[in-house]
Amino acid sequence: MKLSSFWLWAAVIALLGAALTIFDIVPVNAFVYFAGYVVLQYVVLATAWNIMGGYMGYVNFGTAGFFAVGAYTSVVLYNLFKAPLLLMIPVSGIVCGLLGLAMGYLTLRLRGVFFAIATLALAIVLETLVINWDYVGGATGAYILRDREIAPFGDYIEFLFFTMLLLAIFAVGVARWIERSKAGRGIAAIRDDEEAAECAGVPTLKLKLVATTVSGFLMGVAGAPFVLYVGFVEPSSAFNLVYAVNSIAMPMIGGATTWVGPLIGALLLGTVQQVATVTISSELNLLIVGVLLVFFVIAAPEGIVGLVRKWRRSGDDG
Amino acid sequence: MFSIELLLNALVAGVLLGGFYAAVSLGLTVSFGQLNIVNIAHPAFVILGSYIAYMCNSAWGLDPILVGLAFAPVFFFVGIGVYRIYYESFERKDAEALRGLAFFFGVMFIIEVGLILAYGVDFRSVQAPYIGQNWKIGGIGVPTRMLVPFCVSLTMFGAVYLYMSRTFNGRAIMAVAQDRLALQLMAADPVRIKQLGFGIGIGTTAIAGALLIIIIPIEPSVGRLYIGQVFAIAVLAGLGSIPGTLVAALVLGVAESVVSTFFGPSWAPAVAFGILLLALAFRPQGLFGR
Repeated sequence: MKLSSFWLWAAVIALLGAALTIFDIVPVNAFVYFAGYVVLQYVVLATAWNIMGGYMGYVNFGTAGFFAVGAYTSVVLYNLFKAPLLLMIPVSGIVCGLLGLAMGYLTLRLRGVFFAIATLALAIVLETLVINWDYVGGATGAYILRDREIAPFGDYIEFLFFTMLLLAIFAVGVARWIERSKAGRGIAAIRDDEEAAECAGVPTLKLKLVATTVSGFLMGVAGAPFVLYVGFVEPSSAFNLVYAVNSIAMPMIGGATTWVGPLIGALLLGTVQQVATVTISSELNLLIVGVLLVFFVIAAPEGIVGLVRKWRRSGDDG
Repeated sequence: MFSIELLLNALVAGVLLGGFYAAVSLGLTVSFGQLNIVNIAHPAFVILGSYIAYMCNSAWGLDPILVGLAFAPVFFFVGIGVYRIYYESFERKDAEALRGLAFFFGVMFIIEVGLILAYGVDFRSVQAPYIGQNWKIGGIGVPTRMLVPFCVSLTMFGAVYLYMSRTFNGRAIMAVAQDRLALQLMAADPVRIKQLGFGIGIGTTAIAGALLIIIIPIEPSVGRLYIGQVFAIAVLAGLGSIPGTLVAALVLGVAESVVSTFFGPSWAPAVAFGILLLALAFRPQGLFGR
């Protein structure tokens, strides 16, 4: 099989990441890794949200719930037998994938707005459960002591950064593959007209279950290393609404119908947020996200990708 | 642990709480149930109303309910403004469903973060003579800070119900989502009618917000929790039914009060969302739906 240029680029970026974190070819301030980790985490979350929201048209307000379930699965594994990160990631992914599957069955009864409200309800029910579950720390939260250093990366944050980089490449690759496969065309048909798709022989339920499961899996994977990143996790930080808002705003601003959109949105908005958090204030940068979201849904519904396309088309005409 | 007296206390507290929930969800019944506008930012407007009551109360010692009444017309016009934006950007282009939802989600977020920027995340409360008293009726405690909002809420509820069922414009609001054409034939402009209805929906949040801050101290992000309550009530009521809203609000209030009395207050948020999930999964048309 011929390697497409996408995977070539992905390999180059992964190798660059490895060169930076393992061999330290260029000295990098640890803060860059801390900030970069968050940006990459949003690449995974936004891409995961977009598989359901952008491709299929089912809006998920419960991203924070999936993210937190991923994080808390890690806490449980750590409490049980001090599981390593490389085990936490797939297990969190599977748990959230199953949660996504359950959510997929919800689409049998609920569409559009009602589905979106149900996802928000799901996130709050999950938060209440975690608050009342003492094994994972309840409302007070749970500590996880991570090693200071890990071979061959050196500082532990470099390891986390590299892991998240691979996860981001994986997530974008999966989204791109779904988009271009037969399943992706079926999923797009569900977005445009679910009844018509069903009549035309598209296996709507099966595709919806695939999309919600994959989306949930990726969100859980993004949440798994969170506890090691912060070292201390509590319900209000893991279930923070910011995850839900960002994972909606980023694809909407980037452009929700292709895999490039969430990637651009997350890199752009995530970086702006990280810079603004340091230079201005963390509340003000959230305000910026809200304003940008409202502005883009009103003025540029196709996002940045749509703007670029329009600009190119008018260039061709002229 | 269990006793009849405790149960009676929980029931009375639940009814009082439910009456207040009716005020909070009344506006959503109009905007979401009758006009088909998914105003997920509704609870955020309630919190905004609370903060205005707090501001006037702490600065000039004004009664929070009077402040709520005075600001209801202001909120009415804010609602009209929001609806104009919504109509021009989404409804007219037939793109309201999901992008409209994202729009209101963004509005909610802007209100919440704006309040955090202005007032921080400390809990705020108001002062009024009727806060802090407790009437005892046969061993059952009736706190006046619950009783006063209960009465105000029912009054507002009755007024809106009369307006909706007796006046031409009120009936037009109830009809507009069902049959636009028939409304146009009656010489009523559907857009103006929806604008009016949405304005009323937001207008009620000024009063509901004042009632909220009388009942309990608040901070900007508690609005999110009320999303569960208001949508649970609106769905359970059978979308758009005003009497149904009152019944559903009382059911939810009693359920929450009983759960928090016997299982602990930390479980209370799950009640509304649990009811909402069950209602959506098993009876989406609601208790009073057709």
